[in-house]
Amino acid sequence: MTLTLELEKQKERSPVIAQTIFLGAGLALLLLAPLFFYPVFLMKILCFALFACAFNLLLGYTGLLSFGHAAFFGGAAYFTAHAVKEWGVPPELGILVGVIGAALLGAVIGFFAIRRQGIYFAMITLALAQMFYFFCLQAEFTHGEDGIQSVPRGHLFGFIDLSQSTNMYYFVLAVFVIGIGIIWRIINSPFGMILKSIRENETRAISLGYSVRNYKLAAFVMSAALTGLAGGVKALVFQFATLTDVGWQMSGEVILMTLLGGIGTLIGPLFGAGLVVTLQNYLATSEFPVTIITGLVFMACVLLFRRGIVGEFYNSRLGRRLGFEHRHKH
Amino acid sequence: MTTIFGIPLQAFLGQLLIGLINGSFYALLSLGLAIIFGLLRVINFAHGAQYMLGAFAAWLLLSHFGIGYWPTLILAPLLVGLLGAAIERTMLRRLYTLDPLYGLLFTFGLALTVEGTFRYLYGASGQPYATPALLAGGTNLGFMFLPIYRGWVIGLSLAVCLGTWLVIEKTKLGSYLRAATENPVLVQSFGINVPFLLTLTYGLGAALAALAGVLAAPIYQVSPLMGSNIIIIVFAVVVVGGMGSIMGAIITGYMLGVAEGLTKVFYPEASNIVIFVIMAIVLLIRPAGLFGRDA
Repeated sequence: MTLTLELEKQKERSPVIAQTIFLGAGLALLLLAPLFFYPVFLMKILCFALFACAFNLLLGYTGLLSFGHAAFFGGAAYFTAHAVKEWGVPPELGILVGVIGAALLGAVIGFFAIRRQGIYFAMITLALAQMFYFFCLQAEFTHGEDGIQSVPRGHLFGFIDLSQSTNMYYFVLAVFVIGIGIIWRIINSPFGMILKSIRENETRAISLGYSVRNYKLAAFVMSAALTGLAGGVKALVFQFATLTDVGWQMSGEVILMTLLGGIGTLIGPLFGAGLVVTLQNYLATSEFPVTIITGLVFMACVLLFRRGIVGEFYNSRLGRRLGFEHRHKH
Repeated sequence: MTTIFGIPLQAFLGQLLIGLINGSFYALLSLGLAIIFGLLRVINFAHGAQYMLGAFAAWLLLSHFGIGYWPTLILAPLLVGLLGAAIERTMLRRLYTLDPLYGLLFTFGLALTVEGTFRYLYGASGQPYATPALLAGGTNLGFMFLPIYRGWVIGLSLAVCLGTWLVIEKTKLGSYLRAATENPVLVQSFGINVPFLLTLTYGLGAALAALAGVLAAPIYQVSPLMGSNIIIIVFAVVVVGGMGSIMGAIITGYMLGVAEGLTKVFYPEASNIVIFVIMAIVLLIRPAGLFGRDA
């Protein structure tokens, strides 16, 4: 046990240089990206990437497949939109409302879902999220089929005008980096180690004396809160919140992004989200329905490359030489 | 006028009937899910799509080939069952050694593809399917008016559910299936072709879903979205019942259908979430499900 931990530490320490270079290059790309791409498109990718990374905290690092994360994403979008538009709170507070709302919702759904494992867990989260969907369909404040429209972006901290798309982009990027930072911190903490041990062998974690249920619930709530962060920001980017974001299709989409990018890799979901959003944008102008492609990619991923893009890279000869290592079991 | 709990008896019985109809579909679908899960350890997310395929097969056979309701009742499940068997043989089979979650994700992708294709080809709106002439009209039971077709759906689904249960519990084939559920390696070493049993099971499950689809065609409209609307509810039904027992799946299906129907009488606003609420309550009191064996 201690031996493997030591080995892990060594492995994690050695590739620091290569990983720093990758990280720096990635950040530089993201900082310069609005010079080359349409900012709203980039912001959409970042929102979904954070959503997928938050989801991956649960699937990739705790081994829990939630089929109901749309509830937290779309729910937070509603909460933030409502707070900003109806209560007139500044954007940073509006997002906080979204995060807290998503966390509470996560606590409720998680409380029920962790009572079963594996396949049942997935079905329960799906059913409870669907229940929340029906709630949103009928509730007053969501405005049913219309959704909450023309949400003002407002001024961040009172002086940064977010209605300017460059300002908004760097704000979204900052939120994204902070979100990823939090996830990285969670994964690499003793708490994160216990989550991984639950993923690898739940029974053994229980027998070692960990109250697995509490850990699972905590991971679930954290994942929901971070998903809420992504959802709240998305509501400000697009200035609306609708039923699309709470539907089960959205829960499926985030699973696809994570699977495609690489389950259990920190940045895999970023690539998955980028690809899926690009594909959607590309197909949006054609008659061809996205769901067919989405479904086919899903099947191909499950059948042919379960490690995902980043996972396959980590596992390739080049990836291993650079010191990346993919430890997720398949 | 007779009333029950302050509700007119007519309305009460009417909703009870609708509840029984919905319950018939829940029972047929959760039965198929339970059979597939029992042997393959796969939650078949494509079950809703296969139900939709059954309804569409009925509609297409009638509108393109002029084949009526009665032959379709056999033909549609056969076609969808064969398709299911082919998918199991070529793709699903590769996932048995992996975490069961991958089976769920694969069938989810399959469902999206099938649903998207039919949406692309036939649009999102529903197609009407006429009630067969023999079962058209209704009969006055004295206390209520019963459309004959609805009675037929309840009767046939009960018969199919009980028939399936009998096959699994009382026949030689059923005993092979049950044995393979308990210990596939041992059963195979006795010379029984377990891979073939798995293909057969998945095909049978898909055929049951398609049969439900054919039955549903004259009642609901034939639409590409009909499957995904019902599958999530059926998942909740399966969580309530627990997938350990075939009979449990059947009983839970009817029970929750009726519960949903009665909610429509007493508190209509909650009718589309009542099954989820029941699921939550069952999870609190008896996490393994009403008929579940595993913890």
